[in-house]
Amino acid sequence: MHNMSAAPAGRVNRRRLQESLCGYSFILPLVIGIGVFYLYGVVKVIIDSFYNVGAFNIRSFAGLSNYKALIADADVWSALLNTVLYVIIIVPATVILALILANLLNRNIKGRPFFRVVYFLPAVTMSTAVGMVWKWLYNRDFGLINAIFKLFGLGPFNFLSQTNYIPLICISIVQIWISTGYNMIILLAGLQGIPKTYYEAASLDGASSLKQFFHITVPLITPTLFFVMITTTIGVFQTFDIIYLMISRISPAVSHTDSLLVYFYRYAFVYSKKGYASAIAVLLFVIVMAVTVIQLKIQKKWTNYG
Amino acid sequence: MADEGWKAMRKKRSSGNALTYIILILGVGIVALPFVWMILTSLKTNTEAVSVPVKFFPSSLRWGTYAEIFKRIPFLKMFSNTAVSSIISVIGQLVICSLAGYSFAKLRFPGKDQIFVVVLAVLMIPGSAYILTQYQIIQDMGLLNTITALFLPKCFSAYGTYLMRQFFIALPDELRDAAEIDGCSHIQTFTRIYLPLAKPGLVALGIIALKYSWNDLMWPLIVNSSLDKMTLSAGLSYMAGQYEIEYPLMMAGAVLAVLPLLIVFVVFQKQFIAGVANTGIKG
Repeated sequence: MHNMSAAPAGRVNRRRLQESLCGYSFILPLVIGIGVFYLYGVVKVIIDSFYNVGAFNIRSFAGLSNYKALIADADVWSALLNTVLYVIIIVPATVILALILANLLNRNIKGRPFFRVVYFLPAVTMSTAVGMVWKWLYNRDFGLINAIFKLFGLGPFNFLSQTNYIPLICISIVQIWISTGYNMIILLAGLQGIPKTYYEAASLDGASSLKQFFHITVPLITPTLFFVMITTTIGVFQTFDIIYLMISRISPAVSHTDSLLVYFYRYAFVYSKKGYASAIAVLLFVIVMAVTVIQLKIQKKWTNYG
Repeated sequence: MADEGWKAMRKKRSSGNALTYIILILGVGIVALPFVWMILTSLKTNTEAVSVPVKFFPSSLRWGTYAEIFKRIPFLKMFSNTAVSSIISVIGQLVICSLAGYSFAKLRFPGKDQIFVVVLAVLMIPGSAYILTQYQIIQDMGLLNTITALFLPKCFSAYGTYLMRQFFIALPDELRDAAEIDGCSHIQTFTRIYLPLAKPGLVALGIIALKYSWNDLMWPLIVNSSLDKMTLSAGLSYMAGQYEIEYPLMMAGAVLAVLPLLIVFVVFQKQFIAGVANTGIKG
């Protein structure tokens, strides 16, 4: 009865047309939303970066002057340097810690679900609250960390208000605290995808567990490792909450802790210099895209086991 | 002799295991410490919190600070703003992304691949690139300081669409063809056959969207400046500026802001963790 070949060609065509119409209408809400809020969003920011946009959105064409100011702005360069430092400190530390923890959890141990849940907690905790608590932990006079240092006769340290990179390192530690458990979950899933027989064969051949780690685990986990590195790096570029919360605008540490994103936020929404802020946004956009493209290229080249 | 070797190996393994547990438990301590300190501080008096030398435990559990928050800032309002806007953006994403994801995965229409590539490109754009325009759109629509401002742009997600497409692609095409033969319309095929099968994907997306919306700071901070339209995250950052030295008050606020999502996490931990774990395998 439902023999398709017996169906008239007209019915099949109608079905096809219906499918196309359905396809378009199913993506319509998304396309409108993405078009307005995201695509138009980016295009408008690129255009605005060539304008001076002041209060009440009064605009005047500025040519390249925003970009010239950007290059001449020492604070932009220090924000860029800070951002690079955050990446250099946070990405390797969190990836190595996550790999160690995932490797330990992948062993035959009791309480794995418990450890997984606890390590994941920071990733679901509101980072505003995390920033508040850590600022309190780092407090010079009443903070727990200084109290611990005092037991060894050290300190007190003014962790968060110095004109060097100590505050940046302190913020990085918080970021590592947040992202390690999250990355560990992804790496653990990758580890569990490695067949157990490889390890069994290796131990029969007398390979030590350290050897097994470097010759079996590391090569086979590389694709996941790269994924984690890319997402963490991009995540670091997007970091706002912790820095905003822990370093107040009048802190002496501002120029040594502001990331490019925080710097952008100040110009866009505190000083309301939207044209200049747009130029910073474009710079940030270009850097993030470049990082993504470079890392994807490296991933393709080095990952032979995917 | 073989037996001896076996014993030695077992012994070595258990000592290795002991070290494993020591490291893992040390890790638990480091993760837990800020939470513990947050709760302990929230139960102290102001004087206790700033006593020198540092007192680890409060002399008595002062729950009154938690009541105090509701008098200082419109905390209940902030809580409902956060909950309402988060839930709407989650529902919005589930509907919009599953429709689009299904369409990209299973329906055939001209230009599909090209449109999907654009969606993927959006996925790679950092948030800072469009947040200024989003703010201006919300401003032009007269929506600043409204709940709508909090959730509107968040209903559309390139990532969510990508995620849902991956889930639908993994389901066999034969289901669609069979439904077609049985005379199901495309909408029926989607709602009755594919959508129920994509439930794990919906749960994963819902959880990711909820976590993002609940915890986000920058967007609520810029669109809503009046206290009774703020989310919990913006409210907390306001408190941090306003009551900077009242540590028990701030910590109690942090506990209350963090708790609802942590409860959701503990209840749905399996789905949460599976949702995140899957991102790496596909990526």
